[in-house]
Amino acid sequence: MKKTRVVMPEQHPSARIKNFDEVNKGYSRQEAVEEASRCLQCLKPKCVEGCPVGIDIPRFVRLVKEEKFSKAIAVIKKANSLPGICGRVCPQENQCERSCILGIKSQPVAIGHLERFAADNEPVIDIPKIKSNKKKVAVIGSGPAGLTCAAELALKGYHISVFEALHNYGGVLAYGIPEFRLPKSIVEKEGGFIKRLGVEIKTNSVIGRLFTVDELLENFDAAFIGTGAGLPHFMRIPGENLVNVYTANEFLTRVNLMKAYKFPEYATPVKRAKKTVVVGGGNVAMDAARTAKRFGSDVTIVYRRSLEEMPARHEEIRHAQEEGIKFMMLTAPATILGKEKVEGIELTQMMLGEIDESGRRSPLPIENSEFSVECDQVIIAIGQGPNPLITQASGLHHDSKGYLQVNGNMQTSNEKVFAGGDIIGKEATVIEAMAHGKKAAKAIDNFLKQRKLIV
Amino acid sequence: MNKIVRKEKLAENTYLIEVEAPDIAKKAQPGQFVVLRISETGERIPLTIADYSKKTITLVVLVVGKTTEELAKLRKNEFIPDIAGPLGNKSESIQYGSVCLVGGGLGIAPIYPIARALKKENELAIIIGAKNKSYLFWEDRFRKLTKNLVVCTDDGSKGLHGFVSDALKKLMEERGFNLVIAIGPPVMMKAVAGITQDRIKTKVSLNPLMVDGIGMCGGCRVVVNNRVRFACSDGPEFDAHAVDWDELISRNKTYAEEEGLCKKQC
Repeated sequence: MKKTRVVMPEQHPSARIKNFDEVNKGYSRQEAVEEASRCLQCLKPKCVEGCPVGIDIPRFVRLVKEEKFSKAIAVIKKANSLPGICGRVCPQENQCERSCILGIKSQPVAIGHLERFAADNEPVIDIPKIKSNKKKVAVIGSGPAGLTCAAELALKGYHISVFEALHNYGGVLAYGIPEFRLPKSIVEKEGGFIKRLGVEIKTNSVIGRLFTVDELLENFDAAFIGTGAGLPHFMRIPGENLVNVYTANEFLTRVNLMKAYKFPEYATPVKRAKKTVVVGGGNVAMDAARTAKRFGSDVTIVYRRSLEEMPARHEEIRHAQEEGIKFMMLTAPATILGKEKVEGIELTQMMLGEIDESGRRSPLPIENSEFSVECDQVIIAIGQGPNPLITQASGLHHDSKGYLQVNGNMQTSNEKVFAGGDIIGKEATVIEAMAHGKKAAKAIDNFLKQRKLIV
Repeated sequence: MNKIVRKEKLAENTYLIEVEAPDIAKKAQPGQFVVLRISETGERIPLTIADYSKKTITLVVLVVGKTTEELAKLRKNEFIPDIAGPLGNKSESIQYGSVCLVGGGLGIAPIYPIARALKKENELAIIIGAKNKSYLFWEDRFRKLTKNLVVCTDDGSKGLHGFVSDALKKLMEERGFNLVIAIGPPVMMKAVAGITQDRIKTKVSLNPLMVDGIGMCGGCRVVVNNRVRFACSDGPEFDAHAVDWDELISRNKTYAEEEGLCKKQC
């Protein structure tokens, strides 16, 4: 057996910084079979425990090895309706692959790459015959949490309407994650599968404004809220409202949802800067930086801790480094400089102190260490909070930051309303949001069945 | 898909589009807006809801760029694929006493539903103005709401010769108001704010660049009372005397170059 995993074929950095095509090209059949052959088929598979949605990983990997590809995808789809998406954006290194026994002495099985392979080589799957139970559930938000909840409930026979505020469904998959990491055709394909399950997706439906949650409950037996973390944070430093200072949300929405990278064929513009500074160290910061790079900009990521504390996935950091993006660690912005437009940024050198509540060493400013760099664009990617539109209009219990409060069944203060994904807590990953959606679907099913029994 | 049921030319470069949007119409309140997209390659643009009936909403469009030009070309029975709304907070219509509404240019349209709602409990004076008489519209509609209508044009081609802010200044010499509501281009609203500063409470409806319209991107942020607010979700109405006007005006010019490029190539 090969000790090291089969390397994912990638576009060369010098080529990919000039296009928005996907960086990872995906395994060939041969590569997939070879990689799948590395799996030890553990009797007590640790990888499954590491998967938030509990995919039967050894089984699907074995089926790939045996070249039974359509059976492999069927196994995955039992637990996960969005495998092509998860195979691309899940932090497998912290989940299934981290638990892989092979990882102790060499490299873990590339479970994510295999999941992606299985999804991409999926034949058109027949939709199972679903018997309607005549009950209706409203799903608010069409991101990973909402779509998963919708699919799970549809499979159980519920009539599902998904309400999406924007003109396309997918939530962060549509507006946040760039084409070169997650092609929108994949979102459409996997969303298409969910639609074929009978799920109705109503776009341009801003719940909280168009209908309140209470109004929805007049027509639905229950509701699930998965509206995400759509409220950008600011640094509250001078110069943040200068022209050409973007939140990552705005920059990425313009590029991904509105396709500003095809401007002027697509009408939405975005600034193509000469020198961009991106503030932050998460995946969103990497996405923004790599997008700016593709517009021909010189890009520097400014992060107040060190590379080790960076929350971004290793692969994203590596890809960004390969693409020539500079990393300025232990640096925090003090002032964005300029008259009307951004002309530069003043930064403070930081050092690491004691371990803080996040479990990481906290950054402390070094006195008199300020220096400035020139730039004509700043993108703020320091995280986001819950979008307040729903919370304000629903009267559901939430914490002081606006996150909806749920019990162990993902149920909110209104027994008919469940919630999951970023709206209930600190920024989760796509797969964690999906796990919430799945758990909520199960709880909604139990809740509605029990009520039926009581009645 | 939203079907256009009425399309009229109201004035120079200015069009009325009444479109089917029953759910939005049911909820629409004065001061609210929609974000729409006219094609797969189109941008999202915010437009104030200028009127609403049981099943339709009325939008007024001033042709200023590519998207508004295409929107203005749509005809009756054609469709607008994406309309999301009603967005933003409603304009509070309580008893203020005597209210002066000021609409400049395209701002004439959004003051209409606000004026109509305020009429019940308030004494109204309305000032409408445009650069010349060919850009004026809805004089008849406003006459039905108040006897105190002042019409003005920048070039004097109709009514008072001067800006709406000049007309307001003159009116304020004759009488007092409890509230002024001004809607129009930022420079006009800034001028009104300057005149009423320290004298009359003044509300404005802001129109910064917007993308999603639901508080997600922060592109429409404005500084009000030294605090960052989002026009789409916290506004669009704000205290005129607390707005950082210069910043708003400069941020609105962010894409001046790109708009030029688009006009050339498209």
